[in-house]
Amino acid sequence: MIPAAFEYDRPSTVAEAVDILARNPGTAKVLAGGQSLLGLMRLRLARPERLVDIAGLTELRGIRALPDGGLAIGALVTYRDVLDSALATSRVPLLAMAIADIGDVQVRNRGTVAGSIAHADPASDMPAVVLALEAGIVVRSGSGERVVQATSFFEGAFVTDLAEDELLTEIRIPAQPAGVGMAYRRLEQPASGYSIAGAAAVVGRTAGSVTTARIGVTGVGDVAYRASAVEAALIGTSGDAAAIAAASAHAADGIAVGWDIHADAIYRAEMARVHVRRAIEAALAAAD
Amino acid sequence: MTTDVLGSSVKRVEDPRFITGKGRYLDDIQMTGMTYMAILRSPYANANIRSIDTSAAKAMSGVVLVITGADVPYNPLPMAWPAGGASGIQNNINMPRALATDDVKWTGEGVAAVVAETPEQAADAVEAIVVEWEPLPAVVDTEKATQPGAPQLHENAPNNVVFEWTVGDKAGTDAAVDAAEVVVRQRIVNQRLIPNPMEVRGDIGLYNQGTDEYTIWMSSQTPHIQRLLLTAFVTGIPEHKVRCIAPDVGGAFGTKIFCYADMALVMLASKLIGGRPVKWVETRRENYQSTIHGRDHVTYLEIAGRRDGEVTGLRVKTYANLGGRLSTIGPGIPTTLYGRVLSGCYKIPNVYCEVTGVYTNTTFVDAYRGAGRPEATYVIERAMDLFAAEIGMDRAAVRRKNFIAPDAFPYDNPSGLGTAVNGEKIYIDSGNYEPALNKALGIVGYDDLDKAKAEARTRGKHLGLGLSTYLEVCGVAPSKWIGAVGEGWGAAMWESANLKVHLTGKVILTMGTSAQGQGHETTYSQIIASELGLPMDDIIVQHSDTQGTPFGYGSYGSRTSSVGSTAAIKAAGKVREKARRYAAHMLEASVDDIEVVGAEYRVKGSPEKKKTLQEIAFALDLGFSLPEGMEPYLDETAYHDTPNCTWPFGTHIAVVEVDEDTGKVDLVRYVAVDDVGNKINPMIVDGQLHGGIAQGVGQALWEEAVYGDDGQLLSGSMLDYALPRASWLPNLELDETVTPSPVNPIGVKGVGEAGTIASTAAVANAVIDALAPFGVRHLDMPFTAPKVWRAMQSQEARS
Repeated sequence: MIPAAFEYDRPSTVAEAVDILARNPGTAKVLAGGQSLLGLMRLRLARPERLVDIAGLTELRGIRALPDGGLAIGALVTYRDVLDSALATSRVPLLAMAIADIGDVQVRNRGTVAGSIAHADPASDMPAVVLALEAGIVVRSGSGERVVQATSFFEGAFVTDLAEDELLTEIRIPAQPAGVGMAYRRLEQPASGYSIAGAAAVVGRTAGSVTTARIGVTGVGDVAYRASAVEAALIGTSGDAAAIAAASAHAADGIAVGWDIHADAIYRAEMARVHVRRAIEAALAAAD
Repeated sequence: MTTDVLGSSVKRVEDPRFITGKGRYLDDIQMTGMTYMAILRSPYANANIRSIDTSAAKAMSGVVLVITGADVPYNPLPMAWPAGGASGIQNNINMPRALATDDVKWTGEGVAAVVAETPEQAADAVEAIVVEWEPLPAVVDTEKATQPGAPQLHENAPNNVVFEWTVGDKAGTDAAVDAAEVVVRQRIVNQRLIPNPMEVRGDIGLYNQGTDEYTIWMSSQTPHIQRLLLTAFVTGIPEHKVRCIAPDVGGAFGTKIFCYADMALVMLASKLIGGRPVKWVETRRENYQSTIHGRDHVTYLEIAGRRDGEVTGLRVKTYANLGGRLSTIGPGIPTTLYGRVLSGCYKIPNVYCEVTGVYTNTTFVDAYRGAGRPEATYVIERAMDLFAAEIGMDRAAVRRKNFIAPDAFPYDNPSGLGTAVNGEKIYIDSGNYEPALNKALGIVGYDDLDKAKAEARTRGKHLGLGLSTYLEVCGVAPSKWIGAVGEGWGAAMWESANLKVHLTGKVILTMGTSAQGQGHETTYSQIIASELGLPMDDIIVQHSDTQGTPFGYGSYGSRTSSVGSTAAIKAAGKVREKARRYAAHMLEASVDDIEVVGAEYRVKGSPEKKKTLQEIAFALDLGFSLPEGMEPYLDETAYHDTPNCTWPFGTHIAVVEVDEDTGKVDLVRYVAVDDVGNKINPMIVDGQLHGGIAQGVGQALWEEAVYGDDGQLLSGSMLDYALPRASWLPNLELDETVTPSPVNPIGVKGVGEAGTIASTAAVANAVIDALAPFGVRHLDMPFTAPKVWRAMQSQEARS
């Protein structure tokens, strides 16, 4: 469990960090909390030639209130920081719902929200959450900053829109529609704690009919996704149990469902349906 | 003689150092000039080695030594317990290698070793070794390995059969099964487990050129046995030239009983590099591949009986997967420690068991917490439930009807422990099973089970309750039995203690047993404090160093509290007797007139005439005035060979809820009524039960070593091998009955394995009870959510 040799940089500014990334295309990896990367390196499954430790980039710390009622989460914000933030838990309760169950105390103390997004493990929880929240992923390189919508950020297992010379600096969560409820439901793979299927729901009703339905799903395919067929089927319904069940039946529609020694594809797809249904039910209960 | 300290929940004297990071585990040991060993392991499960090129590795920075199997003068390692002992049963033995020579039989078998200045350099150099492999087809399935056409692992083992062992009366059992009103048959799998002690294994070898002596620090349960094996059976180095030390050991669960390749390699490497110390600590991944696994049985059981609930016969055929080569006592586990206790706490007149040991391209299998007895308990407790379901009788009632009656002891069970060297029979010596069952049923509210099931349905859950009325054999073992033809491993199993009272009255107890976190330093101190009337603070317990402790067979098989404690009590008795004789000398009284009250030695009838043990020790140490024939100093050694094993029993009840949508099983209640006899420290007993139950629940619900058909270990890390977590367990409701064991003076039985032995079957029976509405009669462990969900789907579709 000893990593292969690597070079180590600890820049003190974002500009310096992205400069190092630009000068080492494809061979450098960004180190934040290290809860995913270091484990892979210790197994020598990952062998980056260079680690760029961003722990010194103080500008990436902290959770900020956005003027529109939203929230900005810096790249160094840990899961623990979110759980401890009254601002985050009150404005976007979905975050804490998903985070409370991630890893163990040590993982939550070290692991970062942004690191999970950048790593894009197909079974991690944060991608489903930012998809349902319609967050913007802020990335910076030597040529400036751009904001990628979460819905276009995740491209495949461990593959994102992040370029080799870009650093993920912030996650911007816009104000959520008034009156929505949020919920996260998942079935965990008991060894790893990752999700066999996880569902994040942001759902709201206006005058007795569902007007907002944003469902992020993880663990099921090779990349987290928005369950658009579920959303479409739910919008305009009363959101009663039958409507939710009918809509949730589409939770894995069009998805190449994955399998491993822990769950076959048939079961995984069913768990997507079950947990999407449960997340919607809980979100609507919280909304009303 | 006893004081309050024996039997009380005093805090563990080990814990201040353990919980503040001041323990001294193997990897905490630093030495000047330390070098570090890493082992190249086979990536293939079955392959021939065409060539090994170590030149690039040897040229790398910091590398001081690279060796392959060809460089090791002592291959193979010992295998000490063939099935059936010396009875003449054919055992097709293939022993493990220090390093592979021509071939490998499982992924993770050691192929070459590198010693370097740093662990990092050693890890890098291992990758630079080039092996030319000839991969061969692998077989990992136990039954398939015995069938025609399967890859053959060893020339001397046709159809990959290690042995075919039987116990019990075949003709009588066949007749009982043939004549029975009811016979229930079931194939059941006891899946392979990876033991996972918190501290992985490791060793440090240190050769002294000046004295030609070796010291080996090892994370081991058996330093004395390892010295014997490494000298007399592996290296040929004289036994007195080797010292083995087990420092603090962070858990073992059986895995650290055995003789492993790395122990021999650090000895050899240190000698080859001129006596610098060589440290090797396995990675967790290596632990998963190269330290032993446990369980892995496929069993065909037949239970026969009458419709009134009486069981008349038990016929069992088991295929036991032993891996690619045989670990130190691998064959003994699924034979003697399994087949001989198959009938559990039931009076079954006809029992017959056949066990086929099998080679497969998997990690070797040996004793894991419970070792054979969890497998036996699983068979009989599943069988009792299957039988009860078949005849439509209450599960508790069937058990009650078949219990060995309390007046039937000593009881000779039909597949029993058999005959010792001297012709003596070994019996189940004591027991009273029904009170434990009744107590557990009362605590759990068995009469309200239907109500609880109905309530759970309103929450989308299927509730199930499972019983396990277990009997365990532990406190191993009488030497006359373990050495007997048909059983033995050709060695003894006594224990030893040395007790010294120093000039200042402080006491040092050195033991032949070897702790791995159980709290022996506490429990032995309690015993000696009680025996000698001293405060625990005046006693220190030392163990696990072949230099300075008397020879002992180590700690496993829940033997320390019964066998080790008795040796300590005997040593204390000798000290007390000598102190008494010396007190008589000091007080000018006759020995018969000296009475011992706590630490005071008084003249009967004149209580003011007395000497304390401290005063006696002081004077005896100085030796200025000794009675004729008396030697100075209070220093006594005692050995104890137990007259019998111990026989803990009890009833465990699990209550589970199965989620109707996901199949996820939650353990919602757990009641354990254990009879472990008297207790030295009830808190430590509870802790052993907590951990043991958790491990048994782990097997039932989550744990499984999974191999691909090509022999790759797919559950090769904790990301894929699910260990139980504290938050997944309910508060364990522990209670007791107390039937003191007659085999030792304090009436203890040992509790290291009881929880594990009992709990797996209790949880399995609960899950299958929960699935009864779906027509499920049996399902194999682990009861993962997908497996349970699928069982519910298929049965619903059928109905």
